[in-house]
Amino acid sequence: MTGNEMSPEAAGGMERHAYDVVVIGAGGAGLRAAIAAHDAGARVAVVCKSLLGKAHTVMAEGGIAAAMGNRWPEDNWEVHYRDTMRGGKMMNHWRMAQLHAQQAPERVLELEDWGALFDRTEDGLISQRDFGGHKYARLAHVGDRTGLEMIRTLQQRTVQLGIDVHMECTITEVLKDADGQGRVAGAFGYWRETGRFVTFEAPSVILATGGIGKSYKVTSNSWEYTGDGHALALRAGASLINMEFVQFHPTGMVWPPSVKGLLVTESVRGDGGILKNSEGKRFMFDYIPDFFKAETADTEEEADRWYDDKLNNRRPPELLPRDEVARAINSEIKAGRGSPHGGIYLDIASRRDADYIRKRLPSMYHQFKELADVDITAEPMEIGPTCHYVMGGVEVDPDTQESAVPGLYAVGECSGGMHGSNRLGGNSLGDLLVFGKLAGEAATSYATGLGGARPQVAETDVKAAQASALAPFEVEGGENPYSIQSDLQQSMNDLVGIIRTAGELEQSLVEIERLKQRAGAMTVEGHRQYNPGWHLSIDLRNMLIVSESIARAALAREESRGGHTRDDFPTTDHEVWGRKNLIVSLDAAGTGVELAEKPLPEMPDELKKYFEES
Amino acid sequence: MAYDLKMRVWRGDADGGELTDYSVEVSEGEVVLDALHRLQATQTGDLAIRWNCKAGKCGSCSAEINGRPRLMCMTRLSDFDPADTITVTPMRTFPVIRDLVTDVSFNYEKARQLPYAELGPRDADGKRRMMQVDVERGQEFRKCIECYLCQDVCHVVRDHEDNKQHFAGPRFFIRYAELDMHPLDTHDRRQLAQGAAGLGMCNITKCCTEVCPEGIHITDNGIIPMKERVVDRKYDPLVWLGNKIGIRNKDNDGRTEV
Repeated sequence: MTGNEMSPEAAGGMERHAYDVVVIGAGGAGLRAAIAAHDAGARVAVVCKSLLGKAHTVMAEGGIAAAMGNRWPEDNWEVHYRDTMRGGKMMNHWRMAQLHAQQAPERVLELEDWGALFDRTEDGLISQRDFGGHKYARLAHVGDRTGLEMIRTLQQRTVQLGIDVHMECTITEVLKDADGQGRVAGAFGYWRETGRFVTFEAPSVILATGGIGKSYKVTSNSWEYTGDGHALALRAGASLINMEFVQFHPTGMVWPPSVKGLLVTESVRGDGGILKNSEGKRFMFDYIPDFFKAETADTEEEADRWYDDKLNNRRPPELLPRDEVARAINSEIKAGRGSPHGGIYLDIASRRDADYIRKRLPSMYHQFKELADVDITAEPMEIGPTCHYVMGGVEVDPDTQESAVPGLYAVGECSGGMHGSNRLGGNSLGDLLVFGKLAGEAATSYATGLGGARPQVAETDVKAAQASALAPFEVEGGENPYSIQSDLQQSMNDLVGIIRTAGELEQSLVEIERLKQRAGAMTVEGHRQYNPGWHLSIDLRNMLIVSESIARAALAREESRGGHTRDDFPTTDHEVWGRKNLIVSLDAAGTGVELAEKPLPEMPDELKKYFEES
Repeated sequence: MAYDLKMRVWRGDADGGELTDYSVEVSEGEVVLDALHRLQATQTGDLAIRWNCKAGKCGSCSAEINGRPRLMCMTRLSDFDPADTITVTPMRTFPVIRDLVTDVSFNYEKARQLPYAELGPRDADGKRRMMQVDVERGQEFRKCIECYLCQDVCHVVRDHEDNKQHFAGPRFFIRYAELDMHPLDTHDRRQLAQGAAGLGMCNITKCCTEVCPEGIHITDNGIIPMKERVVDRKYDPLVWLGNKIGIRNKDNDGRTEV
């Protein structure tokens, strides 16, 4: 199952495997998709860059948003649907948001069937906690380590079902059929451990590779988040949607430098934490946008009463959607009211007793104690915005997750549309489960429907993929990939960050072109066995093309909305920009990307009624 | 405050290797993994390290720092004197792949042999009910980040390669304990824990508990209660007699032996 041994017949040649469905990525979406494909009767394999159980889902802290109504019987999918659409500033694909809200509760209960141990309500049901943008306490959780519980449950289920998992194997190309019909035929990659190549033959490939955060300097994401799925899809001929929308989580650690960007869960605010500037002012009351005025408390007294009485009080402004809070924090820091290390204060110590904090937020307690010498039960945390999530991703059919390329599917963070311009906390874990399952089923059904007439891999494509992967070894005296990556991260942070302007975005595109030139002539030292420098040189190509996609889309969208804030176009333009999506695809030369506009899918009337009063 | 840190890092592969001396600039608040990353970026681009989250949550960057099994991302340089040399070696219990990366497939093999949760049907309203106090016992073990430091330190396998076949190790004993403590689970795995997993080979030296970065009380809350339950079933004369003359063993209520 480790997949790390070479099959004997592979000696000296190309290792090959054949499946019905190959899932790339072993986070929540990938594992859920693999389980669904297995249950639907497919021969399925998971291929992942790291060891099984290490994917970034493990870092998710707060919970899984699902309208189970365990705390608030008033909650249902319709309320969740409305919250999701409003959180995404109405740019979400209405159908994805609807499917998500409707199916998330059953996906959570399923995890429990498979052995997950969620925290409980007094009645013994799955507990649900408050989070930004959600009207009711809705997030099923396990302390503040919900992602770990989710990945372990899915991992154990995957192992129990005997699904093949090929670990520490990086896919570098999606392969298309030899007869030129444009269908998926498989995937090509290398074993990290040995540096040897492997070809997977499969008519269905599901991308579940996560996000793009590693293109930014300050990020909550791990090294794996290099936009692989986004780039693989582009190169295979699929398109990306909503790429200008990047979520900066309001609360990342700012000190010490080595952990800058590391996530501080939104649960701190959900459980009563508040934001203060250096003057001690609870500043979020100054940043309530008109769009959310009617449902946000305007006095501290009302905000504090809300935690216990949601029916008669409005939500505290600290629990506005993430884009609003991140912008507010950014403004306070810019105005000179920041903390000593360039953040602002997140205070739960003065609001909840130490036992409650340790019980509800054990990982946060541990993280600050171990890494920053801060006792969060006694003093406030210093926090600031950090690149956390990309709303944009592969444009897919909402019911099947299939991209424009037959046989190519995308789920989770690497797909687009579900979250519109801003994702609500807790909606990502639900997204992974709901769409993972749908994709696994659709991919199986497609593969089965082909019968014996499966697309064949072209040997010339395999040869080309090998040559491309080995290219950095051919160059001598070039630059090392680490310095190119570091410059890209700095540029994206400075020029395509939380607040954007046309001038800076144009400059970023010039920078990215220069970085592409440098990457074309980079050198890696050593040999192919477990060589991180070589691995990075391959990932870097993906990071560059995805960064260009973000910058181009951000330059084109001349308004501010959700995870895209333009200093030069500060208002939200419902008439023009509220009606269209930006679509990114590979340009004719195959070295860059081009943009197209597409009208936003029209929500049916029976769903429009949920938004009439606002 | 920046200073030059002296490091000795094991470099090599399955065929052998040696400690190599480096000097690398480090600054305030950094951890061992930061120092190694800087080495990678500036001096030795092909230094093999396995890591992911750099936040103590994924359990990828396990190694031995000055001989002690630890996560490289959670070992702060401020715990050492700036004049000290920090020595980093791969986990000793597992075969080296390259440099600090080891082949941990032993653990994945053991995971495959493990039993799984088997719950009864849901309640009539489609939900399940468990009390917080009851789930908490199992939740402690589910904090496990699978860094395998407990497996690395355990002398049963660290010093005795032959034992690997018969011994699942502390990480998986707490999985047994967790399943055993699940309020709604329907299987009885005590026989399996004792037989297939080799629970009896553990002589509770608590080394695993000491190195657990999550602070799980592996021995006290997991292994010892599990051993007691196995022993109750096997050696308690009343249970033995009850089984013999066909009186149902209350301890097995609702659970099927697997």
